[in-house]
Amino acid sequence: MIDFSQDYFALFGLPRRYRFDSAQLDAAYRALQRGIHPDRYAAAGEAERRLALQSSARVNEAYRALKDPVSRAQYLLSLHGIDALGETDTALRPEFLQQQLARRESIADAHAERDATKLAALLDDTRSDIGTFEARLAQHLDGEQGLVAARDDVRELRFLTKVAADIEAALVDLEN
Amino acid sequence: MALLQIAEPEQTPAPRRNQLAVGIDLGTTNSLVATVRNGMPVVLPDHEGRPLLPSIVHFGRDGADVGYAAQDALIADSQNTIVSVKRLMGRGLSDLADARRFPYRFVDAPGMVQLETRVGRRTPVEVSAEILKTLRVRAEAALGGALAGAVVTVPAYFDDAQRQATKDAARLAGLNVLRLLNEPTAAAIAYGLDHGAEGIYAVYDLGGGTFDLSILKLSRGVFEVLATAGDTALGGDDFDHRVYCWMLETSRVGPVSASDTRLLMLKACEAKENLTAHAATPIRATLSTGETIDTTLTASTFATITTNLVSKTLAPVRKALRDARLSPAEIKGVVMVGGATRMPQIQKAVAEFFGAPPLNNLDPDQVVALGAAIQANVLAGNRVEGEDWLLLDVIPLSLGVETMGGLTEKIVPRNATIPIARAQEFTTFKDGQTAMAIHVVQGEREKVSDCRSLARFELRGIPPMVAGAARIRVTFQVDADGLLSVSAREQTTGVEAAIAVKPSYGLADADIARMLEESQAHAAEDMTARALAEAQVEAERLLAATEGGLAADGDLLTASERAAIDASMAAVRRLAAGSDRHALAAALASLNRTTEDFAAKRMDRSISRALTGRSVDSLAGH
Repeated sequence: MIDFSQDYFALFGLPRRYRFDSAQLDAAYRALQRGIHPDRYAAAGEAERRLALQSSARVNEAYRALKDPVSRAQYLLSLHGIDALGETDTALRPEFLQQQLARRESIADAHAERDATKLAALLDDTRSDIGTFEARLAQHLDGEQGLVAARDDVRELRFLTKVAADIEAALVDLEN
Repeated sequence: MALLQIAEPEQTPAPRRNQLAVGIDLGTTNSLVATVRNGMPVVLPDHEGRPLLPSIVHFGRDGADVGYAAQDALIADSQNTIVSVKRLMGRGLSDLADARRFPYRFVDAPGMVQLETRVGRRTPVEVSAEILKTLRVRAEAALGGALAGAVVTVPAYFDDAQRQATKDAARLAGLNVLRLLNEPTAAAIAYGLDHGAEGIYAVYDLGGGTFDLSILKLSRGVFEVLATAGDTALGGDDFDHRVYCWMLETSRVGPVSASDTRLLMLKACEAKENLTAHAATPIRATLSTGETIDTTLTASTFATITTNLVSKTLAPVRKALRDARLSPAEIKGVVMVGGATRMPQIQKAVAEFFGAPPLNNLDPDQVVALGAAIQANVLAGNRVEGEDWLLLDVIPLSLGVETMGGLTEKIVPRNATIPIARAQEFTTFKDGQTAMAIHVVQGEREKVSDCRSLARFELRGIPPMVAGAARIRVTFQVDADGLLSVSAREQTTGVEAAIAVKPSYGLADADIARMLEESQAHAAEDMTARALAEAQVEAERLLAATEGGLAADGDLLTASERAAIDASMAAVRRLAAGSDRHALAAALASLNRTTEDFAAKRMDRSISRALTGRSVDSLAGH
């Protein structure tokens, strides 16, 4: 069965870095599931079926964690002993916070005015910010000494992802 | 993988006998059973050559009739003739917005609604089991032996309660469930393997009473579900009901009795089907009151009165696309499944939404059963040479727990690939607290009261500590059937907390055992003989699996380990030829134990092969 003490990167045979070729992750994920998925062991004995279930669940969990940019960063930091999204320390930089509060206000206004075009523009804007933050996060995480800065980036990135999800929800609301 | 082919010729095991496996589509309106014969999936018809089994169960004076045999009782004995029972699976009376549409006498039982019939109270699980049993008997007659296992399909959007109810029904019908398979996924397997499809496809599955929309990526033998959405109370039935309402309004009759309602619903269904190929259809009926209905329904009127239903299917389509982060234009093709997709207004709406005509190459009534048969064949171990595909499915609805203030905290998000395990830590809020209640719910809404309650767990035996010091790790595991199980452990002391499970729905194992005994006491089948036959099938399956494992990876064992396994296998072989089913069951359990370490070693090897099997440059940088 798979070694549960192995970190997710090692599980997929990937370098322990924020940036990697996602096609490589996909290929390793599929190769592993081909070997261990419960469907492969449906006719096997009880022990094998249980192992397949546990191993396959672990591989799915690992894949999910590495596929998503925020959770990958969080996981990478946790391997360095840094709890980026813990509940004890949730401070955001004041200028970031100010910007986002203004953005949230615009979203609420656009939603109230049922202005889908404005919402779509805000979504584009937020997604572009997400791209910028991801690039900065990658530099910090894959560089030598940027782990502490990366912690702030992760929090802000998560904040932005939530803002984007809220805009999407508002757009859905207008659709219905 | 070439490594699997290096066994010396003299070590090659004798070709295994094919395990008898079937796929079953347990539908709202019709059910089917299919199998793979000579590499081709085929539906098994009844002795009169009819492929479908109407999902109708009549509880008569001399036992239950199923299918065509129950059809005549639909109007004559409507209260004892159950149709569309799938809509009741895993549902409480309060979940049924349309309860008044059914002519049954409902009993509001905890968890799942029950039906008062001539033969007493029946659960939807027992009614479904009658349908499944009929299909099992049909398949066993056609294939000439006891089934090794079955894949039973469920709507992709079925929640845990509905899935559990379906699995319970299959067990009650004497089936070994190899897997619960999502209906649109089954269709995608049948379609994809048949057409060599690659790319992103949507499956639009409008059945008699359920609607599913799944988006799948088909690439190099992997069927990966990206997102699924649906409505488990929307289907062809609802279109019939609109026609029924239209008839009553335009003909100014009513209120009508239960049996007249049945009659008019049948007329409505006929009219709906006629309008697939005709611009108008006459509707004539004489009610028990002597009132008559004589009218004509045009296709355009039919389209007008069902506009809302058609657009109701498009909301889940949009949701699934959003979840998969795709636009309609990125979908390579839309596979149409379910008899209700024959309606022209559905075809038109789907074509307009996706900007391309949908795919209707496979019989929409049969494609789900055919896909299930293909999957059953593979799962039973009848792997076909050169066929090496893998299915990755998802959980349709988020799983969570109740937190303070009646709110839901999500633990497993919807559309997560299964199987999946997620752990969450909880703590005590009072000094010396030794027990904790956890309420598991399923759904997307924030308030617990808007989600489906799955189970309440009581964690006991937590060591007394100050408030907040205990760390109780609760693990939620969703298996490949999409079914949830929960375990808990106190982290600081390592004490395994006992869990008392109080399911909000479904049947306890003891209930199943009791029902099995009751039903078989009345059946002509010899129960002991059946149990022995089942154990023998299981023995054959396990022996074949172990032989296969030894042939491929026998080199992983030491001589003494090998000898122990050989001895266990010999015991199973000897007892399988006899008639002592208890001794055989014990020998099977012992073989399972003896092969446990071997199983772990084989799993290790297949993982290291999976990783080394990839190209060298994919490992660069490691």
